[in-house]
Amino acid sequence: MTYFPDVDDADLVRLHRDLAARAAADGLLDVAYRTVDSPVGPLLLARTPVGLVRVAFGVQDHDAVLTALASTVSPRVLEAPERLDDVARELDEYFAGRRTTFDLPLDLQLLRGFRRDVVLHLPDIAYGHTASYAEMAGLAGSPRAVRAVGTACALNPLPVVLPCHRVVRSDGSPGQYAGGAAAKLTLLDLETRVGVAA
Amino acid sequence: MSVKEPFERVVSVHGATVLRVCRAVVGPVDADDAWSETFLAALRSYPDLPPDANVEAWLVTIAHRKAIDIVRRAARHALPVADVPDRPAAAQGRDLDLWSALAALPTKQRQVVAYHHLGGLPYDDVAALVGGTAAAARRAASDGVATLRRTYPAIDQEES
Repeated sequence: MTYFPDVDDADLVRLHRDLAARAAADGLLDVAYRTVDSPVGPLLLARTPVGLVRVAFGVQDHDAVLTALASTVSPRVLEAPERLDDVARELDEYFAGRRTTFDLPLDLQLLRGFRRDVVLHLPDIAYGHTASYAEMAGLAGSPRAVRAVGTACALNPLPVVLPCHRVVRSDGSPGQYAGGAAAKLTLLDLETRVGVAA
Repeated sequence: MSVKEPFERVVSVHGATVLRVCRAVVGPVDADDAWSETFLAALRSYPDLPPDANVEAWLVTIAHRKAIDIVRRAARHALPVADVPDRPAAAQGRDLDLWSALAALPTKQRQVVAYHHLGGLPYDDVAALVGGTAAAARRAASDGVATLRRTYPAIDQEES
């Protein structure tokens, strides 16, 4: 019956917001997400009740990332922007050059084994500095696992927040990045600029 | 292996349909409650839903149960003086005319029209929800639509 009057989008927006709030209150919001604009394009932010579980660039296809979260974390996924206000605020401050480290609860459940070791050592590279893949391998305790470090950085579930962009080639060129080479340069430039000004 | 979609997609694809069904069954005032209860219950059991399930039929089934809860709750709390039918037609006159026309249908006709025509449920599934046979559900829907054509003639104009 297409001739029934259609429902108003504003009603659905309001109902959706209330649903997300009630789901969170009832412990049913396993994955809350939102997107934010940034100098490196739209970023998808997703969190569990434990903490931030995923940051993804537009080039990584946000729909595909959400589908992956639904199968690896939980299908109870809802858009709930206000649940990520703190993350959005810290990212804003970072991109504005007013923040050099992140102070957010993280959920590292997507990380296992050596990849986890590598990613957890990323914050050892200070803001405005870089390390080579080989140096990173040493920091993670396996000096010869240079290629595996590259893989770990490429699959980092929390880019920007855990700064895999600070890992560069031994010759100093930026190298690959999940968000694209241009995004990596943007982040390195930002940190160099802010670091010099400080 | 089929992959289960994020629940957000279930809400965005089926939210409007479920709201139409809720409005038709419990009326526009209680529909928000019915919608919220439906999707909250759906979210709770979503991880256990078989990946090949008909999601819309599943939602309409939950909506039916939630609508019954709401009507029962309302009946328990109803004041003896308050009789609903003459709800004043305010603001969006056209929509209220339709909801009034739906509200005036016998319960079974209203449910069958909502679940089949708005919710897209086949008559077999509708019959499983409201009782009786699929043929009886089809007759009730046809009677309901015939009554709506008289009480809410705009239906035919909007059909074209």
